[in-house]
This record gives sequence, structure tokens and C-alpha cells, in this order.
Amino acid sequence: MTRATTDNRKSLRKLLHQVLPATSILETDEQTRPYECDGLTAYQQKPWIVVLPETVEQVQNILILCHHEGVPVVARGAGTGLSGGALPLANGVLLSLAKFNRILDINPANRSAVVEPGVRNLAISQAVEEFNLYYAPDPSSQIACTIGGNVAENAGGVHCLKYGLTVHNILQIKVITIDGELITIGAQSLDSPGYDLLALMTGSEGMLGVIVEVTVKLLPRPEQAQVILAAFDDVVKAGEAVGAIIAEGIIPAGLEMMDNPAIRAAEDYAQAGYPVDAEAILLCELDGTHEEVSEQIKFVENLLTQKGATSLRTSKNEEERLKLWLGRKSAFPAVGRISPDYYCMDGTIPRHQLPFILNKISEMSKEYNLLVANVFHAGDGNLHPLILYDANIEGELERTEEFGGKILELCVKAGGTITGEHGVGKEKIDQMCVQFKSLELQIFHDIKHSFDPKELLNPGKAVPSLHRCAELGGMHVHDGLLSHPELERF
Amino acid sequence: MIESKNRTQELQDRVRAAYNDKTMLKIVGGNSKQFYGNDSAKNNVEVIETRIHQGIISYEPSELVITARAGTPLKEIEAILAENNQMLPFEPPHFGEHATLGGAIATGLSGSRRPFTGSARDFVLGTKIISGKGDIMSFGGQVMKNVAGYDVSRLMVGALGTLGLLLEISIKVLPRPNSEVTQVIAMSQQEALKTMQQHNQTPLPLSALAYENEKLYIRLSGATSAVNSSQQKVGGETLVHADKFWQQLNEQTHSFFDNKTPLWRLSVPYTANVDLDGNSFIDWAGALYWMHSDKPAEEIRQHAREQGGHATLFKVSNNQLTQERFTPLEAKIKQLHVNLKMRFDPYGILNYGRLYSDL
Repeated sequence: MTRATTDNRKSLRKLLHQVLPATSILETDEQTRPYECDGLTAYQQKPWIVVLPETVEQVQNILILCHHEGVPVVARGAGTGLSGGALPLANGVLLSLAKFNRILDINPANRSAVVEPGVRNLAISQAVEEFNLYYAPDPSSQIACTIGGNVAENAGGVHCLKYGLTVHNILQIKVITIDGELITIGAQSLDSPGYDLLALMTGSEGMLGVIVEVTVKLLPRPEQAQVILAAFDDVVKAGEAVGAIIAEGIIPAGLEMMDNPAIRAAEDYAQAGYPVDAEAILLCELDGTHEEVSEQIKFVENLLTQKGATSLRTSKNEEERLKLWLGRKSAFPAVGRISPDYYCMDGTIPRHQLPFILNKISEMSKEYNLLVANVFHAGDGNLHPLILYDANIEGELERTEEFGGKILELCVKAGGTITGEHGVGKEKIDQMCVQFKSLELQIFHDIKHSFDPKELLNPGKAVPSLHRCAELGGMHVHDGLLSHPELERF
Repeated sequence: MIESKNRTQELQDRVRAAYNDKTMLKIVGGNSKQFYGNDSAKNNVEVIETRIHQGIISYEPSELVITARAGTPLKEIEAILAENNQMLPFEPPHFGEHATLGGAIATGLSGSRRPFTGSARDFVLGTKIISGKGDIMSFGGQVMKNVAGYDVSRLMVGALGTLGLLLEISIKVLPRPNSEVTQVIAMSQQEALKTMQQHNQTPLPLSALAYENEKLYIRLSGATSAVNSSQQKVGGETLVHADKFWQQLNEQTHSFFDNKTPLWRLSVPYTANVDLDGNSFIDWAGALYWMHSDKPAEEIRQHAREQGGHATLFKVSNNQLTQERFTPLEAKIKQLHVNLKMRFDPYGILNYGRLYSDL
């Protein structure tokens, strides 16, 4: 990697002032402080300089200059990411796309909209509401997070079991490469010639290019949506009920699960009417035509009762439906109120492994003496265990990180992955060594080099160096086998 | 199990040897889609067959995921899914008796359901491949949500084997709809395009919208009650033997395709106004046009480009001159393709030229 020297930065600073108005450059301590972290506040680093371009040409100029001077660049949307993907570099430029906040075109007949990357996720659905359309992916941060960041992270949400992730819901992106070229990836049509670079770019965590425009797919709003709240006296029973619904050939629009600590925190915060004495609740949303929803709601209510639900509540109107969801959608801030700090994990497992993972998490919770509140996208096996801790108690953050790391390694062991939707970023870089072998990590670096040979775009994130993995491998011996035995040790 | 391990080893040894000798390999699965993509006219090309590498590795219906070796016949996969009332949601065309899963993913083609449920690439969750260096690598997995590392699995879809030989593929599957009917309405093409756009913006349980020979075909799939009520809304006559009609479109055995003139595939926005001489079979709610045409490739491609799409020379008769089958890429995009190819397959031994003559 090119190391930006003080001289490089000095000359870059001068050049940036030539291509950007003074108001688009932030340099003082108090100006750059707000950019020192993203949604993962445990990691903080003030950037050397912040730039806020307003035009595509300005972004091009910034990247050309950084490329020329060998200064790294970290792109940032709303900064709601939970893996430290937008964590700045002390010697680097923080490129905020906040000013790219316009919706450029809405094309109902093509069921698409063209938006700038700084447009908020929810603002898209609001803007197309008059056409009875919406943008499906709905991460919990949708009120604040922006579409550029959603593409960079391949964001999910509570409705992706039925409607897919960001990668399934975009048609085209415009990207500036590190050498300042504007390229179009994907198309206004449903496919485009050549390799699927759109899939490669989605979830690439700002490592391959800077997104300056996104064409999203829109869907017709379903005629009706209703949600069932089912309470269980046993978490395992709730997990089995999830599998039973899917085995019956029903794909709910959303299928969420919370355990008792999460239920209590959410109820205390949102007063959604959750049963606080339940060991687990399921929220199962069904949508479609009126007839379809009525038919399926009855079916699922019966099924949940058969599977041991102790109580059921079905939303009777839109207000009630939103209220039931409010508890779930505010689960993170709710947990934030009952604990000084919490650490949110994001592993995904095959659904049938749920009881195994829950038992293990509960065992480790005792072992580490740290409480855990569990919130799951149960339909697609994506777990969000929230480890409660207090950063002011010495050593507790370190213990929490170790516990979190163990949970992710367990997810890999269970046939799953270390991150379902939050991304690797800075946070899970070490667990990448557990998930991938050195051949795959090498090809990830090769892909990076195909786009960014000097490693200037968001360096040090998403993909660990092979040396880093080799060093960690010495510390983590799995099942008596040394990871990466093929590598030299340093 | 031992046998399949040997088969994997056999394929890896072949690729390793080819890498060492710089021998070009032509990857063949069920030999059903060899017509698709450029011809490899090179002399020193060896065939590497993937059909020996077959078998379903895991399938748990309640997980909605199936993992199979690339040489597994599509028929076998579809049969086991059907037994469990599930399906491959992207309706891959077979184009032949022995079509394999690997071929379906390498070509990345999707059937009429595509605008409503998604494409081949949308349902790929993980792959295991042999790179052009002979290395075996795994990407993605068997879970629906996975953002660890770049999405190399989806990059393989439609790459026609030029980045890696597919060994294993994990696919998300969906339940079969309880009920499915097709309504037919006679109307002009302009009227049909307008109707398709309107339906496409309405919350109907659509699973296909196609138009041919003055008739609009509307397929509805889902819960029986939803299909029944939507049938009233869209109107028209109910088509008997509807499955046969959609299969004939998907497999190109419909009489429309019985024509020796080159077959073009135009992928365009739903709102496109494709205006080239000759009849077309419109699929994907107006986003896909099949047409036979003798017009110069550049003219057809230019028209598709103006409409916001692209055109592929899909099929030509044996005696016809072949040219670049896919729309040429812009310089910078092409450079990225070359960079990626160099990294996955530095000596260009895997299906060289099949996607683009210099890739």
C-alpha cells in the first residue's frame, strides 16, 4: 500500500482547495470530529481532512488528485453502518456524499427511480408513494441511512426473506473509479452484457469505487399487509415454528424473533403491547392481495397454535401493524437504554441450527458474565445478538469483543457466515480469516487490485491481509488444526 | 463420496495440467447450450467434461436451499424439488435433454418468471470453483444473507466459464405456487405493451407477461384465492395447456422459433419501444424481445442501445457467419473485465473467447 507522506498531504490540500469551494472542505478539529466514527462507536479516528463535493466532476477531481498523490480515501454516506466500514484514516481523506441528496427521476412505468447516493432509504419509498410503489429493502436505520451506503454494504432489513437484499433491488449504478473515470455498471434493462459487475460492486464496502448514482427497482405496494405476534414459553419452540411456516410453502414478508431480554427492553421503550413474560416472540407479516392475506393469516395462526404459541395477536389495521413493528424496529435503541453500551453481532446460520446456537450463546453469556439480548431476522437465519456491557468497566469491552468473535466463529462452524448484512468493515476483519482460506482471500485482494491497484479506496477494511490471518492463526487453533499452515509465520 | 472426491481431483488435475502446458480448455456440461456465445475456432482446444461431477450434496426443503455439483442434470434437480413442492424460481431453459445445473448458472439465463421473482444470479447463494490456475475456492454459502467478502458467486453467473470452472452451486429455491392460470387476450402490440406496463405496476400475483402474434398472455401464480380474484381483474380467456405454452417459449420449441434467420435477444427497459422490422416474441413484461433478423448487428445493437438496453446474437444456423455474439463493452468496463480475467485465469485457458473473442 502507498503510504501518504506529509508532503503528499500538503500538496493534496493545496490542490483540493483549487477544485472545491472552501465550504466543501473541513479541516479543523471541531469540524472533523463528527466524522470520527460511524454507527460502530467503539472505533474512533479523526480523518485528516473531510471533503463534501456537490458534483460528479468534483468527485472525479478529488479521486484523480488522491490517486496522483497516493492519499487514501474513505467514502461515507450517512454513517449509520455498524461495522466501522466508514471509519476514517488519520492520513486520509474522508469523502462525504451527503450533498448528493436529490431524486433525479421517477419512472413508474419502468418501476424504477434514479437517485443520488445521499438520498435516504425511506425517502425513496416516500417519494414514490403517490404511484403506489415502494423500494423494498428496509434496514432498521432506513429513516437515516442512505442508498449509496446501502449498495456499498448490500443492506438487508426485515423484509428481505421475500423481497431480497439491495443486490436484488437495483438496476444500475454510476461509479467513479480511483483514477477518476465515470463508469456505468448494470443497465436500465433487467440485465447487461459481460460479467455481473453490479453484483460484485454491491456489498464491496467502498473498496472498488465511489458510487455517485443508483437506479433502484420499485415494487407495487401490496394491497394488504398484516402481522401476527405470537408468544412462546420456549425459544426453541419459537425457532421450530419458523421452520414450520416455511416448510408449509409460505414465504412471509417478514419473520422476526426476539428473546425475553429483547422483548422487555423493546416494550419498555415502545409500548407496542409485547408480552413481557414470554420467553420469545415471533412477528410474522403476510402481504399480498386481500384474499391471499386473509387466507394465509388464518392458516399461519393455526399453525403457530399447533407449534405451541401461548398467545396470538393479529394486527387489525395499519396503525396496529406499525405499532407491532415499532417494538422490533426500535429494539437496538431500546437495548441502549437498559445498558450503558451494547455490541451488536450479525452472524447468519442455516435456520435449523438456531437451537444449537442459542444454547451456545446462553452458555457463553454465563462464562463471560455478560448479558445478551437476541433479535433475529429468523426467516433468513440472520442473528443479531446484542451483548450488553459497560465500556467504563476496565476490560469489559475487550471481553465483549472476544465473546462476539466467538459467536461469529460459531456461526461459521454451524455452516453460516460472520456477517449477514452489516458488512465486515474494520470490525470483523479478523473473523474473515476464520471464514475464508488464503486462496479466497488472495482472490479478494486480486479483485481489489483489478479496480484499485494502489489500494487507496478504503484500505484496511473488509479483507484482511494474509499476514494478519497467519499471525491470528497462531493464536486461534481450531480443533487442533492450525489455520493457514501454508503460510510462513512472522 | 470417495468417487466424487476423485472426480473433483480429476477435474482439478486437468485444469492444473492445462495451466502448466497453457492448453486451452473448452468446458462442456450437458452440451445443450454450446450454441450460446462465441465459437471457439481455435485448434488446440481440449474438451473438459463436467457431467462426471454430479449429484445433489444437500437439500433441506425447510431451509429453501439446494446444493449440487455442477454436472447434476437440471431434470434431476427439478424433479427432487417438485417432490417437495418447490422449484427453481428463475425457470432456467434447458435447451436439451442433458442440461446441467452448471450450464444453467454459467449461461445465467432465466425464463418468463424473471421480472417477478428474479433471475439465475438472484438465487445463487454460493459456489465452489476451480480457477484458471487450478485452485479450488469457495464463495458465499448456503445462507440467504451473506456479505462476507466480494460476491464472487454471482460474478460467476453468466460468465460462461471464463472465470472459473463451476464445481458446486448452492441455490435458493421457492415453494411452488398453489395455483397457476394463464389468461389470453387478443390485442395489438401497442395496446399489449401498455397493458403489461399497467399490470406491472399493480399488486397482482403475476408470474409472466408475454406477447406474440396479436395475443397477450398473462400468467398468475400464488394462493388460489388471489389467483381467482386476479383472473377477474385482468380478464381474457383462460388458456388450456398453459404449461405447454410457457415451456415452448422457454425452451424455444414454439413455432415462432422455427426459423433459420439469426435469432436476436434484446434486453431493454419495460418502457422500451422496440421498432425493428420483423415479428418478435415479447417476454418479461416487455423487457425482453426475441426476434429473427438479417439486419446488420450494429444496426440492431444501436437500436437496443438507444432504448436503454443491449442485443445478443443468440442463435445462428450452422452455415451462417458468426461474429461477436454479445454487445461490445465500453473501454473502461472492458479493461475491468480483462483485469478480472487475468486474476482468475492468467493464461486464458478457460473458455477463452466464448464471452468476448479477446477474453
